[in-house]
Formats: sequence, structure tokens, C-alpha cells
Amino acid sequence: MTTTVPPAERADVGPPSLRRAALAPRRRITNRVAMVAITLALVVAVVPLAWVTVSVLARGFELLSWQFLTEDIPNSYRRHGPGMAPAIVGTFLITGMAALMAIPLGVFGAIYLNEYGKQKPLAQVIRTMADVMTGVPSIVMGLFIYTVVVVATGEQTGFAGSLALACLMLPIVIRSSEEILRLVPDDLRQASLALGARKWRTILTVVLPAAVSGIASGALLAVARAAGETAPLVATIGIAFTVNPNLFSGQNTALPAQIFRNASQPFEGAQERAWGAAVTLVVIVFVFTVLARVVVSRFAIKER
Amino acid sequence: MTTRTTQEKAAPPDLTGRSGGVRTERLFSGWTLATGFLVLAILALILVTTTRQAWPAFQDMGLGFITSSTWDPNPASGNPVFGALAFIYGTAVSSLIALLIGVPISIGIALFLTELAPRRLRGLAIMVVDMLAAIPSVVFGLWGVLVLAPLLVHVYRWVHDVAAPIPGLNSIFGEPVGTGRSFMTAGIILAIMIVPIVTSISREVLSTVPQANKDAAFALGATQWEMITGAVFPHSFGGLVGAVMLGLGRAMGETIAVSLVIGGATNITPNVFAGGNSMAAVIVQQFGESSGTFTAALIGLGVVLFALTVVVNLAARLVVRRAEVQLRGAAT
Repeated sequence: MTTTVPPAERADVGPPSLRRAALAPRRRITNRVAMVAITLALVVAVVPLAWVTVSVLARGFELLSWQFLTEDIPNSYRRHGPGMAPAIVGTFLITGMAALMAIPLGVFGAIYLNEYGKQKPLAQVIRTMADVMTGVPSIVMGLFIYTVVVVATGEQTGFAGSLALACLMLPIVIRSSEEILRLVPDDLRQASLALGARKWRTILTVVLPAAVSGIASGALLAVARAAGETAPLVATIGIAFTVNPNLFSGQNTALPAQIFRNASQPFEGAQERAWGAAVTLVVIVFVFTVLARVVVSRFAIKER
Repeated sequence: MTTRTTQEKAAPPDLTGRSGGVRTERLFSGWTLATGFLVLAILALILVTTTRQAWPAFQDMGLGFITSSTWDPNPASGNPVFGALAFIYGTAVSSLIALLIGVPISIGIALFLTELAPRRLRGLAIMVVDMLAAIPSVVFGLWGVLVLAPLLVHVYRWVHDVAAPIPGLNSIFGEPVGTGRSFMTAGIILAIMIVPIVTSISREVLSTVPQANKDAAFALGATQWEMITGAVFPHSFGGLVGAVMLGLGRAMGETIAVSLVIGGATNITPNVFAGGNSMAAVIVQQFGESSGTFTAALIGLGVVLFALTVVVNLAARLVVRRAEVQLRGAAT
């Protein structure tokens, strides 16, 4: 006969305590330390953000004035005083032209990837290479446009800068637009196709309107990023001290290029102008970024 | 009873696809394909045209272009020498410092977002990361050179004094340069700049860890940290490696901020507090005053940089994609 041990004899101890205090001290402390470290990581990221913002605002705003926004740049780094108009005009013209080129091309590229290419090998390759292209250093884009455009025409122009920025924006627009196009419900496409519309008509009149806010938001973010790019401009647009509204002839200038030039000078006048230009640029970038947010939240397409 | 008048049978609509619009369809799809190809074309063109433009320098220097550490564009006598080793070293050191500082912070934020954060804080944290990404690099450079570097000099002095008696460490933390513009400052600025991309990719990767795995770890009595090391990290390791590599690609290619804070010296030294230079920074510093073979050599640096970043980025994307496919597969 088998004898079973009665439960009462087996153990006097109750069920194990599951309270946190019952953990071995080493485990408890390790966990505590790790959680604090993880939370601290966020704090560590906030510090430079706040610090940069505060320094730019504190040093830049005192220089910001109507004259600063409207007068020409002094042609001596030593001189104090205002003048950043040529760079502001240049930033808007050069970035605007870049956007005009990159956004339509990028959207069509995204249409290819999401509507025609899908999972075909070619589309996969283009998708991966677009990702890789977003990682190409901006200075390399500048050198590329320098060798293709500036060497060929023998002149540094604003348009060359636009081309360089457009090359930087293109992959960003493609990938962000594709993400949005993927969110457009297939029902819409099928409904349109079932009504007899051809694919191109479906895309232009049904898919794109459904996705337009998301695409616009992605494009605005790409513009904001391009507006802050410096390196590609240094090699392509040259330098100007007066407003040059003509992108296709004569050298030009832009806010990031001015910040870069002036920041590397030991003279106080130049450094002041660098801070002033920085605050202007940050405000412009910030406006575009916020605009992108607003566009998305106002006209958000319904996700499935 | 009503008699329905039988309608004249209309010809059925033509559904064969030969009706109008075929040509438009062809044009349209062809055009979209062409724009897609544009990406490949630009990448190929970059490689071809910059290499051609840089050829005189490559021809002059041969392999010495990347193995020689002498960079003398305007020697008093004799031929200019373009050896980029010091700049390749500078790029490597500053990127390495950036990764050492930036990656733990990024993964920390990503863990905070996926595992710890209450809903309200999550939005705030995402905003912080987005804002960091939105600040132009030249503004970081301006801040770095005029605000941060002069302050960091004091920190460097202190670290140097503390490390002085320890062999090994005293050569890494050597005599700091007076302006504070050094490998270390460049690395710190770069660390700030790679945080957004590494965080966002890590977050994507971490969010693929199945809830069941986490619950299982908790059910076995794991603390939160043990759950992270036991369930989250093993599952997302490949993807995190990809995220770090993307950060590396960013750090290597960053130009303007680095060129302002790295010091601008041609220098190979273990001392991270000394001034140096990186490939991208040299290009932008010296491009304006260059001509002839000098320009070719600078463009050559661009070619090397392009090749390196494309390789790193391509590898990173493939790693991330493979990891994500695997993880998604396991999750469902």
C-alpha cells in the first residue's frame, strides 16, 4: 500500500510572499536602479534641448529687429549691427524651389512604390535605396551637385543649392508619402475601380485626395529639415551680402550658411549675427513643424 | 398586369480594357516608375560623378589617400600631399564617442516609452525627441562652439587631473585643448544629434516584442528590469543593432556641427580632449579655398564618406528589416 503524506506534515510555511519587499535585496535594488536610469535617460535628452532653445532665444532675440530682418548683411565680420535679409530671402527661395522639385517627384515615387510596385523586387530595391539615400551625408549631396551643376555651368547659384536640397528631400518625401498611401483603405480603391475608373484615375481622384493631408504633413517636415541644412549649400551657392532674388544667376546666401560662417569667426559682431540668424531659422523651422502637426490633426484620414 | 416595355438592348459596356485611357494609364504608370528610378539614378550618379571629379587626387595618392596621415595641400616646396587617415580617424573617434553616450540614452528613452511611461508622459517624451530632431545641425554647432565648449574645458581639466595617475586612462584623457574644441566635444554634440533616430528605430523594434513574452516573464516572478533583460532584449537584439548602426551612419556624415566644434587640427592621438578633424568637417572647412587637385582630394573624401555611409546604412536597414520580419512573424 502506498502511503500518502498528509498535507499537514509537508510544510509549515505558507505560500511564498509575492510582495515586492520579499524580493532579494539585490534584485530589488537592481530593478530600482535600472528604472531610475531609464527615466533619467529622458531627462538627459531634455537638458540639451532646453539649453539650446534657451541660449538661442536669449542671445538671438535681443538682436532681432525690423532692421535685422530687412537690411543687407555687413560685408565685414568685425562690424556690429543688423542685417540678415539676403539670407532670409535666400532661405525661402532656395528651399521653396527645392520643395517644388522634390515634393511632386517624391509623391509620384511613392505612388509607384505603393500602387504599382508593391512587393515586386524592383520596388523593394527602390524602397531600401530610398532609406539608404536618407542616410547619405548632406555634404556629399553638396559635392554631387557641385560636380554636376557648378562645374558644368562654372557658377555657384541659388538653383544649385535648391537641387542639392531637393536631392536630400526626395527620399524623405517618398518614404513618408508611401507610409500615408498605405493607410488609405483598399475599399476606396476597389469602389473606384468597380465603377470603371482606370487605375490612374483612381489614384489621382480617390487615393491622393484621401491621403493629401498626410502627404502634406510629411512634405512640410521635409521642408523644415531642408531649410536647416547647411553643408550642401556651402559648396553650391557661394556667398552674397545683398539680396539676390534670381536663383539662376549670381551667388546667393541662406540662413544656415550665414550661421556657419559667422559662428566660426572670432569677432563679436559676427557671432551676434549668427545668434540672430539662428533664432530666425529656428522660428522658421518651428513654424513648418507645427504646421505639419496642425495639417495632420485637422485633416487626419481615418485609419482602419 | 402591366406589360413592361422591353427596352432596346443597349450594347454591353466595353470591359475589355481596350477603351480610351489605356495610353494615359501606360504614361502614368511609366512616369511613376521613372520617378521611383530617380532614387537609384541619383545614387549611381553621385558615385560616378564624384569619383570622376576626385580621380586626379586618387591617381596622385593611390592607396596613400587613405593610409597616409599627412595632409598638406599647400607645402612650401614640392607636391601637395593628401593623406586622409587623420580625418578617417577623427570620424571614427567622434562617432564612437557619440555612440557610447547616445545609444544608452536612446535605448533608455525607447524603453521608457514602451515599458514605463504613463500615457500622458509618453506624448511629452515623443515631443522632446521630435523637437531634438527638428533643431538644425548648424544651431547645435553654434551652441556647441560658443556655449558648450568653453564650459566643457573646465570639466575636461578636472577629468584630466583625476585620470592623470592612472596609466592608460591618462593618455585617453590627456591635456585638454584651451578652446574646448575637441574629439570629445564633437562626440557629445553628435550624441545629442543621433538620439532622435536611434530612439525612434529602437522604439519601433521594442514595440514588436509580444505582450505574451513579457507577461510570461512577469508570471515567473521577474522584476521589471529582469523582464526587460530576459524577454525584451533577446527578442529585439537584432533590431537594436540596426538602430545603432543607423545612428553610426548619421554620426559619420554629420558635417556642420562637427566642423565647428572638433577643432580643425590634423591630428592622430588617443587624447580625446585634443583637437582633430573629421572627413565631413574637413570638406566643408577647406572647400572654399581649394582649387585643382586640392578640390579633387576634398571630393575624394566625399567619395570615401559616401561609400562608408551607404554600406553602414544599407547593412543597418537590412538588419532592421530582417529583425522586424522575424519579430512580426513570431508575434502572430
